Amino acid sequence: MIEKKSTRVAYGEALKKLGEINKNVIVCDADLSHATMTSIFADEFPERFFNFGIAESNMIAASAGLAHCGYTVFASTFAIFGAGKAYEQVRNAVCYTNANVKLGLSHAGPSCGEDGGSHQAIEDIALMRTLPNMTVLVPSDANQMEKAVFAAAEIAGPVYIRTGRLPTEIITDKQTPFEIGKANVLLEGKDATIIACGIMVAKAIKAADMLKEKGFNVGVVDMHTIKPLDVDAIKKAASTGVIVTAEEHTVIGGLGSAVAEVLSEMNADVYFKRIGIQDCFGQSGKPEMLFEEYSLREEDIALAVEQAISEKLSNKER
Amino acid sequence: MNSQEKAIKIRLDVLDMLYKCQSGHPGGSLSCVEILLALYDNVLRYDPKNPSWEKRDRFILSKGHACPTLYAILADKGFFDAEELSNLRQLNSILQGHPDMNKCPGVDASTGSLGQGMSMAIGFALAGKRAEEPFNVYVLIGDGEAQEGVVWEAAMSASHYKLNNLVVLMDYNGLQIDGTNEQVMNIEDIRAKFEAFGWDTLEVDGHNVYEITEALLKPKGEKPLFIKCLTVKGKGVSFMENQVGWHGKPMNSEQYYEAVSEVKR
Repeated sequence: MIEKKSTRVAYGEALKKLGEINKNVIVCDADLSHATMTSIFADEFPERFFNFGIAESNMIAASAGLAHCGYTVFASTFAIFGAGKAYEQVRNAVCYTNANVKLGLSHAGPSCGEDGGSHQAIEDIALMRTLPNMTVLVPSDANQMEKAVFAAAEIAGPVYIRTGRLPTEIITDKQTPFEIGKANVLLEGKDATIIACGIMVAKAIKAADMLKEKGFNVGVVDMHTIKPLDVDAIKKAASTGVIVTAEEHTVIGGLGSAVAEVLSEMNADVYFKRIGIQDCFGQSGKPEMLFEEYSLREEDIALAVEQAISEKLSNKER
Repeated sequence: MNSQEKAIKIRLDVLDMLYKCQSGHPGGSLSCVEILLALYDNVLRYDPKNPSWEKRDRFILSKGHACPTLYAILADKGFFDAEELSNLRQLNSILQGHPDMNKCPGVDASTGSLGQGMSMAIGFALAGKRAEEPFNVYVLIGDGEAQEGVVWEAAMSASHYKLNNLVVLMDYNGLQIDGTNEQVMNIEDIRAKFEAFGWDTLEVDGHNVYEITEALLKPKGEKPLFIKCLTVKGKGVSFMENQVGWHGKPMNSEQYYEAVSEVKR
């Protein structure tokens, strides 16, 4: 059986590990510590944990204050509140001052499930990547999440780390690298490349397997860092002539947009499609049903790749 | 120089800066002169030669638009050369239209977005309590600023964490951009509100350096402290005093010379 674990649990465990070796780490939460899993840290280091109650904006600006007194601060809540409700605190208190605050925000995307559209952040990556000084990380599995937390702590400045509620497949091992700004090429391909982030990377691998059975050789890139973006990895992917991006986020402003920006500026000769939320809000339902509803399954990725490949081929024939 | 003479000097600096750049906020800058003088002359622990000294007390000008007054005092204290004052709001200046901690020595927190200074102060005060050598945190907020919801999130967290190293002063001049506080959004009873949030409160004449200092130097209780400082917006310039229109308006030359002569009087 394939091992599954949510990235939020990995986040909480990583914070505890980090807290053991780095006494300068402080963790803040806004009454969601048992959902964001910062409770794992809080149980171990209660004197270095601050609960701000249901007051995300205050928590994030106060985190900036703590950071400017020399602490490495991880602040957590749901992505919709941290990146949404407290956006201006993230902008002015954290990013404008270049505070050493890491926002580990959870329950992002429709995989958040039954809580529904009000709670499923679909625009957080877009919001966070537009902010100067901000680094944006969307780790693909529990192993990568632990490495992301440690890598984020090494940066002296704001980092957004997107975590998820749903237990998802472990697709990397302890040896798989995690270097901020350097994408992981999980599969080499020559007919097309899927560039994915977060829990969509596992689906991208399955999509590549499905396409292999149909005779296509498709690469998969885990673009865990949305900012700074690994432009070289995109250029390399462009050499396959077909790129499909896959994200659990609106296609407006997220990974797909970021990759499109690079491709446009390099005048890439590429057939390009984006898998993601098509400019609508989510709703309640089991995550698997929501993935189907919003065309976020491996089948959907595979279909998009196949379509792009056939467009490319038919254009060549012309 | 006694405190009245100092206040005159700072007001003249503020008028010069604002006249030169033909933008900025005279009303709220002139109303907080004595409050900042009390802090920088008598209360705060700092080292102008080492602005990031870890053990310093922190001051956050949460009503960041009043920064000309802060800049004039920081220059006077030697945080930077007084010639810089003529660069207020100019390209590449350390003196931004709202304070920038990464550009201006002596500015402890970048502010301008009302309410956020209060929250950042909570983080400072939490750190101040944990520090080997504890420090105090002082915040100046506007009265209209209390309309920001996050001020109350911060107020609640301050008493929850027993931050008796935190003092919030309110520049209570009664006016905001669209009218009086009472017309726009009544904030009263402001002391009762802070008390209900678990704070000690005091009320002082915000143009009396001695009275402000006395309140600030009182032994700290168990709770964070709120001080309502009764002030006059545009203080010192008769045609600006208590005038809503002088929140953020440039002076013409006639007004500037009139203002200067009034302040000198």
